[in-house]
Amino acid sequence: MSDVLLILLGAVLVHNFVLVQFLGLCPFMGTSKKVETSSGLALATTFVLTLTAVVTHVIDTWVLAIFGLEYLRTIVFIVVIAGVVQFVEMVVQKTSPLLYQVLGIYLPLITTNCIVLGVALINVRQSSTFLESALTGIGAGLGFSLVLLLFAGLRERLAVADVPESFQGAPVALVTAGVMSLAFLGFAGLA
Amino acid sequence: MNRDLISSPHLRVQPSVRGVMLRVLGALLPGIAVCTGLFGPGVLLNLLWCISAAVLTEVLVMALRGRSWRVIGDGSAVLTGALLALALPPDAPWWLPVLGGLFAVALGKQVYGGIGFNPFNPAMVGYVVLLISFPVAMTAWPAPHLAWAADAVSQATALDHVRTELTQGRTLSEIQLDPGFAGHQLRGWLWVSLAYLAGGLFLLQQRTIGWQIPLGVLLGMGLMALIFWGVDSDRYASPLFHWTSGAAMLGAFFIATDPVSASTTPRGRLLFGLGVGALTWIIRSWGGYPDGFAFAVLLMNILAPTLDRYTPTRVYGTGRRPERP
Repeated sequence: MSDVLLILLGAVLVHNFVLVQFLGLCPFMGTSKKVETSSGLALATTFVLTLTAVVTHVIDTWVLAIFGLEYLRTIVFIVVIAGVVQFVEMVVQKTSPLLYQVLGIYLPLITTNCIVLGVALINVRQSSTFLESALTGIGAGLGFSLVLLLFAGLRERLAVADVPESFQGAPVALVTAGVMSLAFLGFAGLA
Repeated sequence: MNRDLISSPHLRVQPSVRGVMLRVLGALLPGIAVCTGLFGPGVLLNLLWCISAAVLTEVLVMALRGRSWRVIGDGSAVLTGALLALALPPDAPWWLPVLGGLFAVALGKQVYGGIGFNPFNPAMVGYVVLLISFPVAMTAWPAPHLAWAADAVSQATALDHVRTELTQGRTLSEIQLDPGFAGHQLRGWLWVSLAYLAGGLFLLQQRTIGWQIPLGVLLGMGLMALIFWGVDSDRYASPLFHWTSGAAMLGAFFIATDPVSASTTPRGRLLFGLGVGALTWIIRSWGGYPDGFAFAVLLMNILAPTLDRYTPTRVYGTGRRPERP
């Protein structure tokens, strides 16, 4: 039980994939202007991360390891992730139009997000078990959602600030993300 | 009931930014005096370097933006510099407070357009930048001892000492018997904390700060400490120890109460304070840094807009809370 908590806490706060490991910065910067859009992306990313973490673990242990194809790992993972996401998108579209509308364009976007491949490869590097991989996937998704939503809240406030001309838009957002990252260093050593 | 009736027109004092900042600076004086007495003139030097750097940075940014430099008259840069200086080790080399003041004002405040717009507490941004960049220089505190003796000894602070000894497998009751620890350290820090507490109570009485944040900080820290101290008093320090060591009092009354970067609704402020207190305790007890106050403030600054969003105040006269924006 405490192992489960430790893995989750580690992935959400201590080794936060965005603010501590600097993965998935493109959607972090790109979709954080409003809280509404970022919540859609947060939901979709958490979903995809959990699913791909599990699928890539299964492929790695039951296909790549058995046939000695580890050198193909990165490329196989990319193909698998893209395939899984496309498949999920089609299933969601047919079975639940409402969910499809919520996740919408974000689902295919996440395919190219480095955080997804990052989680899969980190799981392999740490030789996680099936359960650990799934938990890391969920934790990475929750951590991504958390900082994305908080960042969107901050940016909505920044929109009315009297920011110097040369810092308006992306620069001040990057500075803010940097200070957030400094703050998250405070969690270092917790798990 | 014989009350004096005063007829209109009623003149009221308009609270100005300058007035508020000056009052907070005034409330810091007992703390500054006690620190100087215990740690020597380094405290005053730090204040000088930090405030100069903060004010000069503000003037420079104003010049670059083609605006009047007179905004420094509001005193906010002076206060940022003073708060940062009091959080730095008194024996720090001169470039430490200078860099801190520069980063606090430039990165913490002016990047966002100056006073009123900064999402993070400027002094704590400066402090965390220094702590991460120069961890050794930032944790070398002299032992508190009366008067400006020449043989000042650098040693770990009470928080640091407890932390390192606990990792060596010793228990708190053993640590408290260490020579120098109980006498110097605890009593010295107790005086510092009491001085800041006095200043903080003055600000509360003047209504310069609300009661929500200081109470929240002390409660959050105290409750966490009480629970774990009750469970295992050999591994976790008492609430009193946490309240009277490190940045607890200075932070609760002077740093976390920054009106710009904290939450703005009453319930939001209480939650903000509780979060700062609890996170400080968590980082102190389980984290990698001896004092977590600066991190806790920045983390809760990140959360502040979201807290505001979910704790709307009741619209006067309607009797119900407004819809979420």
